[in-house]
Amino acid sequence: MSEAVALDKQAELKTDSKLEKLYSLGHFVVTGELGPPQHAEGHELEHHAHELKDIVDGFNLTDNQTAIVRLSSIAAGIHVLKGGGVPIIQMTCRDRNRIAMQSDLLGAYSLGIRDVLCLSGDHQSFGNHPTSKNVYDVDSVQLIAMVKKMRDDKKFLSDAVIKANEPRFFIGAVENPFGDPFEFRAIRLEKKVNAGADFIQTQAIFDLEKFARFMEMAVARGIHERTKITAGILPVRSVKALQYMKKDVAGMEIPDSLIERMKKAEDPKKEGIQVAIEMCNELKKIPGVAGIHIMPVGWEAALPEIVKGAGFLPRPKV
Amino acid sequence: MIVAEIKPIEEIAEAIKGAKKVLVAGCGGCVTVCLSGGQKETDIMASALRMKMKVDGQPLEIETATYERQCDPEYVIRFKEHLQDVDAVVSMACGVGVQFMAENYPEIIFVPGQNTKFAGAAIEHGIWEERCMLCGECVLAKTGGVCPVIRCSKSLMNGPCGGSQNGVCEISKDTPCAWQLIYDRLKGQGRLDMMTEVLPAKNWSKNRDGGPRKIVREDVRL
Repeated sequence: MSEAVALDKQAELKTDSKLEKLYSLGHFVVTGELGPPQHAEGHELEHHAHELKDIVDGFNLTDNQTAIVRLSSIAAGIHVLKGGGVPIIQMTCRDRNRIAMQSDLLGAYSLGIRDVLCLSGDHQSFGNHPTSKNVYDVDSVQLIAMVKKMRDDKKFLSDAVIKANEPRFFIGAVENPFGDPFEFRAIRLEKKVNAGADFIQTQAIFDLEKFARFMEMAVARGIHERTKITAGILPVRSVKALQYMKKDVAGMEIPDSLIERMKKAEDPKKEGIQVAIEMCNELKKIPGVAGIHIMPVGWEAALPEIVKGAGFLPRPKV
Repeated sequence: MIVAEIKPIEEIAEAIKGAKKVLVAGCGGCVTVCLSGGQKETDIMASALRMKMKVDGQPLEIETATYERQCDPEYVIRFKEHLQDVDAVVSMACGVGVQFMAENYPEIIFVPGQNTKFAGAAIEHGIWEERCMLCGECVLAKTGGVCPVIRCSKSLMNGPCGGSQNGVCEISKDTPCAWQLIYDRLKGQGRLDMMTEVLPAKNWSKNRDGGPRKIVREDVRL
């Protein structure tokens, strides 16, 4: 891309998100995920962000993942900022109503967060407060539309005007290509894009063939031209982890061949990294895939190994 | 109908501790249909309570009475003759009946005999399932006649979450995914395009979130 074209592209940017800039310049984006701790200390997050800031373009911060109480994703985002990283905060619909969500969005933006990933969230029955009341005042599609409305129309969901300093988020959404009904997944993805999703992160991919079929449907609908689709990777350390996900994690599809491969591995950790690297290489080739999102689930050391092994280094500076 | 389920007898016994005479009041409405609070269950409850209190060394005089409804003044008044010198009433009606009776007889202690569960249907003999959450603004025309507000565990309005797999909800293999049901229904009717519409955030003020609700029908007021 010539510099003039690149500059022209940048002039069209909706936000001052680094992710948006990277995508607009045509880079293959690589993001990672960090799980905030179950306590009130953020040093470790800051440390991880500092160590890994040149490895990935941004850090996803989960929002009370699997309905387990954790340091808030927004607070976690601030620790990541302190460590020099780019935070992508997750916001789920489970725990807050539209008033709290919009308030938190204002707060997050005021603190320097520019990227938000909108999702419905795991049901509270999976977490450590299964007797809690859930909210789901709005759903994920409605949340996306709400963030867009705040940014592009300068209005709150109620239509009340945001008189100044509207939050200008780069809006993310998730899609699980392995949920059912399968044929509806691309349509659902399109709904999220119609609602305003600028980028998409997918559920962890283990079944490449099924994911490719999903992408074919998405590409046929032209969705990849209207949003950036980032493919999810989850490195596994043991065959047990794979078996657990296959059996107990909703919406995960794991081929038996992969379980067999991990069973035979002499060094399961090494093999897990190798699988993830191979997956990156395969996913990169699938039309419509604009980036990779790596979810190490507590295994942060896997991030640099995968990113390096997949040839994604050095990360572009913008 | 409103579906209810009888409370553990220990809980009821604890709540009426100290009473010498108790009326177990049945209801001929929904709880009769769902076989939890009609005449028959009321008589069974009275016997069970009588035995339990005797075993516990607190013998108790128990009577029963059942009328059509406990949520309607014309039937509530009929309980009056049974309330002379009773210390407490175990109401076998739903939560509406218990409250309405208590409002009408403020000097008497009312104890619920049931946990009021949901608005549902008898899908098989002995199996009741929730079908409506009384949200105040029905969306069934847009969702193929399947309610996502109550039948989706997350009340999602725009399609299934990522946890929908093999037709069941992520929270339990016994819970059908409402959006799979909607998808199947609309597909069968050739109306799948309806699922592409983005439904806006729901107006929950029509639900309990608008405060306790009331309907006034001037045309039928006396």
